[in-house]
Amino acid sequence: MGTTLLEFEKPIAELERQIEELRKSAEGHEVEVAAEIAPLSAKLESLKADIYRNLTPLQRVQVARHPRRPFTLDYVRLCMTDWIELHGDRAFREDAAIAAGWARLDGETVMVIGHQRGRDTKENLRRNFGMPHPEGYRKALRLMKLAEKFQVPVLTFIDTPGAWAGLGAEERGQSEAIARNLYEMSRLTVPIIATVIGEGGSGGALALGVADRVLMFEHSVYSVITVEGCAAILWKDGKSIEMRERAADALRITAPDLKRLGVIDDILPEPAGGAHADPEAAARTLHDALVEALETLKEIKPEKLLRRRREKFLAMGQVVESDA
Amino acid sequence: MAWFRKEKQPRQPLRQRLEIPPDVWEKCEQCGHTDLAEKFARNVEVCPGCGHHRRLRASEYLAMLLDEGTIEEHDTDLRSADPLGFPDYPSRIRKASANAGESDAILTATGQLGGLPVNLGVMDFAFMGGSMGSVVGEKIARLGQRSLERKYPLILISASGGARMQEGVLSLMQMAKASAVLAQLGDRRIPYISILTNPTTGGVSASYAMLGDAILAEPGAVIGFAGPRVIKQTLGQDLPEGFQTAEFLLDHGMVDDVVPRKELKRVVGQLLRHMSGKPAAAGWASA
Ligand SMILES: [Zn+2]
Repeated sequence: MGTTLLEFEKPIAELERQIEELRKSAEGHEVEVAAEIAPLSAKLESLKADIYRNLTPLQRVQVARHPRRPFTLDYVRLCMTDWIELHGDRAFREDAAIAAGWARLDGETVMVIGHQRGRDTKENLRRNFGMPHPEGYRKALRLMKLAEKFQVPVLTFIDTPGAWAGLGAEERGQSEAIARNLYEMSRLTVPIIATVIGEGGSGGALALGVADRVLMFEHSVYSVITVEGCAAILWKDGKSIEMRERAADALRITAPDLKRLGVIDDILPEPAGGAHADPEAAARTLHDALVEALETLKEIKPEKLLRRRREKFLAMGQVVESDA
Repeated sequence: MAWFRKEKQPRQPLRQRLEIPPDVWEKCEQCGHTDLAEKFARNVEVCPGCGHHRRLRASEYLAMLLDEGTIEEHDTDLRSADPLGFPDYPSRIRKASANAGESDAILTATGQLGGLPVNLGVMDFAFMGGSMGSVVGEKIARLGQRSLERKYPLILISASGGARMQEGVLSLMQMAKASAVLAQLGDRRIPYISILTNPTTGGVSASYAMLGDAILAEPGAVIGFAGPRVIKQTLGQDLPEGFQTAEFLLDHGMVDDVVPRKELKRVVGQLLRHMSGKPAAAGWASA
């Protein structure tokens, strides 16, 4: 999967290839070639920055879904310690589309719960492309309750195209599982911080998203429906770039849009070239943002925490109150 | 936003507004049974031949469940904004308002059900497929707030294809908003009954619809997270007979009971009396 290239990343890859060739041909002449490489490297950085500053909403969808983008377990590995994964909903089965367990952030125990995509086909089959069944949400809720029991904060990571739509998922109550999480998360007595690290797809994303603080990586997206689904419904064409672009623009799914709409609290900047270009840098940003948010939230008494969380979600939406 | 604004006169139930001439005939979409329109109406739009439940308007549910003369409708002046500037949304809202009324996809009211004061919200599929946007979420939140203030049980009747795409992620957030209100009711031990009608899917089913202290469904109603078409697409094969019907959900343990429309008022009253420690109503206990 190391070769996955988005269309707009091609100029970046081309420049990287030129630099690499220069390096290879330099054997014995490193000093002279260094002078040639330096301006190319500078050009590369500014090209990356330029391209990523001007991503269209649809391009952000592609970045958010990038197979090399860091996933939940990457962030756990890169910015936490003492990780131990926990499994199962205690009712039906384990659902690997959600990964969860204890970890330490900056030395303190936290409960981590996140959608988990797969890097390759085999892992994606096991993890169902990060699309949970009801069991996944019930495992998540079980572990949130466990965290509450021991008064440990909950950190969730959102990265899913959506909850799975299938026979078994319906039979076992996909709707109820999601609804129950929304209900219980609104009254969980420990701090909850949610971070949209990739694609935030509809109810399946929100089921981990009712939080005191909602963070979002710069090129992540968060939407009520996929751009493909929206385009298919409205314009009977979910495939063409033009219609997907129209849907991506109309739905307002980028981090700045969501901040403006009051749905997220903070945008986490990504390294030039996106989080997949430098996962360590992205993880450092995430680490620092989580530590900072937790420090603030830990100071707030549970009743006040709950009231604020509730008021925040109660205020969402826009209506006109007319006497007409 | 203020919780209380001036309230309008309650609307007349649809059947009182429309005088049905005595000689009009109608045909059941399900079995083809033909009967006097008046007979369908008297049977709350349930086919006398096969029991098929035709879709009711929200105002008809209000009239069916609440005692005559007790209905006080709320927040009739809330209108959809266009927070995303979504293509064609304002014109679609105008069209829906002209066809289905000004109340968006839900009517909310306080009234009495068999003498018990309740707050009742009824979704209206005729308004943009009962889709849930900010107005629906706000009306439910305000109705829930009224229930908290006066300790009145809450009843919500769902009929919806899910979240309203034209309000984007703000529609999605209405799921969290409604669920947060219900959690408050739960913590205060105020009963909430959810009634599912055809169809109840998507963001509505994955939030307040599935959170009732009791969940009832009308016979034959399609209920599910993903719509049948989407699942058929992912599966690449036909769905089993009766999949996602009210009866299917009952079999799978997802609803408390499937209740014919004519029985709804009695069953809801009975449940509310149990859950609020009230004695049985005269004439209902043995029914
Ligand atoms: Zn019939």
